[in-house]
Amino acid sequence: MFELLGIAPQVLMGQLLLGLINGSFYAVLSLGLAVIFGLLNIINFAHGAQYMMGAFVAWMLLNYLGIGYWPALILAPLVVGATGVLLEKLALSRLYKLDHLYGLLLTFGVAVILQGFFRNYYGISGLPYQIPAAMAGGQNLGFMFLPNYRAWIVVASVIVCLGTWFMIEKTRLGAYLRAATENPALVGAFGINVPRMITLTYGFGAALAGFAGVLAAPIYAVNPNMGADMIIVVFAVVVIGGMGSIIGAIITGYGLGLVEGLTRVFYPEGSAVVIFVIMAIVLLVKPEGLFGRAA
Amino acid sequence: MSDTAPDTLVGNPNADTLLTVEGLNGWYGESHVLHGIDFDVSAGEVVTLLGRNGAGKTSTLSAIMGLLGKRTGSVRFGGTETIHLQPRHIARLGIALCPEERGIFSSLNVEENLMLPPRIADGGLTVERIYQLFPNLLERRRSQGTKLSGGEQQMLAIGRILRTGARLLLLDEPTEGLAPVIVQHIGETVRALKKEGFTIVLVEQNLRFAASVADRHYVVEQGRVIDMIPNTALDQNIDKLHGYLGV
Repeated sequence: MFELLGIAPQVLMGQLLLGLINGSFYAVLSLGLAVIFGLLNIINFAHGAQYMMGAFVAWMLLNYLGIGYWPALILAPLVVGATGVLLEKLALSRLYKLDHLYGLLLTFGVAVILQGFFRNYYGISGLPYQIPAAMAGGQNLGFMFLPNYRAWIVVASVIVCLGTWFMIEKTRLGAYLRAATENPALVGAFGINVPRMITLTYGFGAALAGFAGVLAAPIYAVNPNMGADMIIVVFAVVVIGGMGSIIGAIITGYGLGLVEGLTRVFYPEGSAVVIFVIMAIVLLVKPEGLFGRAA
Repeated sequence: MSDTAPDTLVGNPNADTLLTVEGLNGWYGESHVLHGIDFDVSAGEVVTLLGRNGAGKTSTLSAIMGLLGKRTGSVRFGGTETIHLQPRHIARLGIALCPEERGIFSSLNVEENLMLPPRIADGGLTVERIYQLFPNLLERRRSQGTKLSGGEQQMLAIGRILRTGARLLLLDEPTEGLAPVIVQHIGETVRALKKEGFTIVLVEQNLRFAASVADRHYVVEQGRVIDMIPNTALDQNIDKLHGYLGV
């Protein structure tokens, strides 16, 4: 079959793998955006900057404190999550009575400030971060060579996505979250502390972005602009999946990564725009997104 | 009318008063909807708020729960002044609301809806007892909350606040739009809950239903309580009441 299409299986599988890895980042990042949007109704423009921060915190932990990749995988998201909690407490929570546009503007401003800060102190040439020793090397699968670290990215993102999905859809805490998304006033009238839940949800969404940033650090250079490049695509993924849909964000994230990979094989010129073309079509045909509920 | 009426309405010195509402004013945004509501409820009592549409009955329940944008006056529950408290703190004192629109969550199944309100005190009904009161809910516990019929949703909305240990239940038009047989079931439930020691404030349009469950009736008009009629004196006052309600 491959011969018929004139494409070497190595090329196809290689691009599919690359697509799956990009899709892993899309999924984790759009999941965080979806969680935040669901409860806070805020489009978190700082998400890309929080992803970048995750990578930088991992780099700082290693270079300033000698703390390696595996602890950083836990610590960096906690640090980014904590800054998210502060941001929500100090700034975002004051905007809920206003139009949602103000939340978007605030997070956009925060993103620009964060990027400027890191650009000022670390430049834009990118800082190297080594693949952890346990993940060096790769497997020869016969038809292609699979680097261990890339396989780990896919596995780790799937674990985090499924864990988050399970927590939101199947646990009591998740039931509070879903209920508060629908009717926060009534949930508060049952005696639940909704403002605290909102704060922690924002912190969790930011931590997810930070986690993706740590995953990305060894394969993309740690760079102040890494989030800005990624976040535009991730917004398109969220729009295609449906704003606020958890499962939609996950499936669309992986799916679009694969579509992008396939496009790179069959029509390389289109790979940079294919996601945006799909977004335009989805907006025309099903404006609420593939998995979104009609408003 | 409200200038003369309240003295006879508030203060029942013989009973153990659980809820005392005095001079309660409430606003939805700029719109002033409650103009000095006065009434009280004794522990274990079932009272209704009767009145025409827009009289302020639902707003009164919302104001007790702290859900109006702004409220002034006094709402004392078991001796605690709640007027400056947030809804979640009021709930934690032991007041629970079953809202008019029922407030069933569509992203939660029946069981999740039922288990949602956290336990705030001992003495709530067990889940088994709630399923015994409303067997339909047990059968459909895996269904999406909003896929239930109107009657089942009402049962779920009442059922979920029985678990929490709240002593005062605010039920907003639990019979609205329901078939007679379901209204009857809800009436039996309210009487059973009274027997279990719950105190209930009921907003009703259905006078027959109200008469079948309540000890006393407060009449609300234009954001004020204008009269109180004990259920035992309902027959003597029925013409006056029809006048109030415009039936």
